[in-house]
Amino acid sequence: MGLESKLGNMGIITARLEDVVNWGRTNAMWPLGFGLACCAIEMMSAQASHYDMSRFGMELMRASPRQADLMIVAGRVTRKMAPVLRRLYDQMPDPKWVLSMGDCASCGGVFNNYAIVQGVDEIVPVDVYVAGCPPRPEALIDGILKLHEQIRRSHPIKSDQEPIKV
Amino acid sequence: MRMIDLITSQFPEVVSSPIEFRGETTLVVQPDRLIEVCTFLRDNPALQFDLLSDVSAIDHFPDHPRYAVNYHLYSLDNNRELRLKVWLDGEQPHVVSMTSVWPGANWHEREVWDLLGIYFDGHPDLRRIFLPEDFLGHPLRKDAAQFYEEPQFTHNFDLIESQKPYAKE
Repeated sequence: MGLESKLGNMGIITARLEDVVNWGRTNAMWPLGFGLACCAIEMMSAQASHYDMSRFGMELMRASPRQADLMIVAGRVTRKMAPVLRRLYDQMPDPKWVLSMGDCASCGGVFNNYAIVQGVDEIVPVDVYVAGCPPRPEALIDGILKLHEQIRRSHPIKSDQEPIKV
Repeated sequence: MRMIDLITSQFPEVVSSPIEFRGETTLVVQPDRLIEVCTFLRDNPALQFDLLSDVSAIDHFPDHPRYAVNYHLYSLDNNRELRLKVWLDGEQPHVVSMTSVWPGANWHEREVWDLLGIYFDGHPDLRRIFLPEDFLGHPLRKDAAQFYEEPQFTHNFDLIESQKPYAKE
């Protein structure tokens, strides 16, 4: 197939380090499913066999934040739950991303009152918002793929030095 | 005799104005002898209201008396329901707690305290149950602050955007 032609005689391929790092980050991104309310059902069904998320590398939902890369906030966040959410976000090691699933996590949804935080981006910085009440499993997978594209386009290795000119 | 007649004959001035609407019976009780009435309702062999289903309260803000605390009782053996209404008023309304009669009233009364601010005397552990502990105010009162956020349309988008507390890292 295509890769053997690039390997040549020595079995070495060259690529940019950024591309390899980004490829590694997107290919096995384990979600910390923060399923709070009705969106959790759609997240579970996205993880199940019909709309499979394991095809995209998200084989299992880690319950521990120390072992997760992506936090999917699925559902309404109450003001009592907000410090807990922030604490779990802080416990995740870098690199980490947040996907806000559903209307209640993105903007407060239908609830505009004393109990619900109006958008989880008041607490944690969000990368992708998935709209819907609840979003279909296909919509959640679409949001995750957009996050993958965003990561592939990013530049994780920063160099603030000028390249050496000869 | 009918259940209402049995109760009103036992407590003539305390229990008044029975209302019957579509099979639901409501009695208004004076708050000072509430424990006596409830103990009678629970222990009398003809009535046996041994389950307190719910304790809730209503705020009728501009009217006086302002708060109405409703106790929903259910008798398991006789399959009968009853509602007791207690009218309260004032800046810091308080009523005696039902936990000595029905221990299941504990969390219901904590909910009423949390959301409406009605104090229950004699409650063993009256603190907030739904809202965070450092929340100020009782939100379900009609004159409480409305935590309402304006929807962002095009004409006020920038204004709300500048005031919204976004998290930075």
